Amino acid sequence: MPVMPMRKKIPYIVIPFDTTTDAMAMEAACADLGIPGRLIPLPREISAGCGLSWRIGIEEYEIFKSQIEDLGLSMNRPVRLLI
Amino acid sequence: MIYLDNAATSFIKPPCVAEAVFHSFGTIGNAGRGAHEPTLNASRLIYKTRTRIARLFGIDQPSRIAFTANVTEALNIAASCLPFERAVTSVCEHNSVLRPLFRREEEGLPLTVIGADDLGRIRMDELTAAAGPACAVFLSHAGNLTGNVNDIARISSLVHRQGGLFVVDAAQSAGEIPIDVREMGIDVLCFTGHKAMMGPQGTGGIYVRPGLDIVPFKVGGSGVHSYDRHQPPLMPTLLEAGTLNGHGLAGLCAAAAFLLDTGVENIHEKVSSLAGGFARQVRDIPGIRLYGDYDAPLRAPLVTLNIGDMDSSLVSDILWDRYEICTRAGAHCAPLMHKALGTQDQGAVRFSFSWFNTDEEAAAAAAAVREIVRENL
Repeated sequence: MPVMPMRKKIPYIVIPFDTTTDAMAMEAACADLGIPGRLIPLPREISAGCGLSWRIGIEEYEIFKSQIEDLGLSMNRPVRLLI
Repeated sequence: MIYLDNAATSFIKPPCVAEAVFHSFGTIGNAGRGAHEPTLNASRLIYKTRTRIARLFGIDQPSRIAFTANVTEALNIAASCLPFERAVTSVCEHNSVLRPLFRREEEGLPLTVIGADDLGRIRMDELTAAAGPACAVFLSHAGNLTGNVNDIARISSLVHRQGGLFVVDAAQSAGEIPIDVREMGIDVLCFTGHKAMMGPQGTGGIYVRPGLDIVPFKVGGSGVHSYDRHQPPLMPTLLEAGTLNGHGLAGLCAAAAFLLDTGVENIHEKVSSLAGGFARQVRDIPGIRLYGDYDAPLRAPLVTLNIGDMDSSLVSDILWDRYEICTRAGAHCAPLMHKALGTQDQGAVRFSFSWFNTDEEAAAAAAAVREIVRENL
């Protein structure tokens, strides 16, 4: 039986939200601005309590930050994670 | 059939509403319950609904709108969960305002019910005397029996000057009379989706001004912070325990787009013309009595009347049985308004118009009234 290679973990910046509405506002803003990334379930390293977070590549984070900062969206502290 | 019971629920909806509800089956999962495409579709749809409703009512933060099953639930939340030590309401209100407040009164909350004049307008002098600090004032934007419209901006200024809170029941105005919570100074707005907003039944909501604390009415599943013992404290999750009516909200989302595209001012102009035209055709018929202030610059598009001393239920039944005209008779869930107008035994017949009614329908209804008068008085 062939051995499946282990999935390679990649570093991302993950931004958690307190409400689904906040997550939706972020997704809509990123779509408008053409910012990459996507919504993922809240990783357990941040909290096991369910919810959504925005996942974005490390190299794209600075662009994300510069464009999103002034919009006043509600979000929690970004966390760097290997996913 | 001529449907003139739109104050109870709008019967003809924009076609996009039914299409949106139909489309939602098979495309949406449970909003806020994970990150796969069906659940995100539901969350996106509900977020879009929130943003459209916010635009419709001049609300800056869509997250301050929580969806409910109807305006009654929204008013129960307002009556039970806001910080106030006494309440004021009026005899003009619907039971959806009165009963939650009567229940609070039985629990010990001081409650003042202000009166109305002969035309069913609230007595501003009584309101001025009753309002005060730590007091919540609950009033409708438009009366469901008289069609009278309260001057919300003026009342808000009066209530706030005295340190109170202002809760507005927009059941009979949302969708056909412009509302801007900022300009009108509304602290809490309760609305239903199925009347003039032309959405599905089972939809409605409550807007709570930023900075105003509110506690949950019900607690339960939230899709976030699942290990917390308590309901998450942020709006709208705070007031949205349990699965939302996603399929209904799909319809409300489409209805809100229709309202925004058509323009509430345009809708108001048309429905006012229909109701005003009907009122002009019937008001001078001997034996007809209209209720409400018809000299006011702003009215909800409804006309409530009686024919002599005929039982309103009989008149409504004749209208349906012989003319296929749908109206609402009886008490309209407004017991104190009927008592104030002296119609508690007779009730009254309400004709209420929508964007989809026509001048011809209004004329046919007036002709039917004229005939009933001729045959019975």
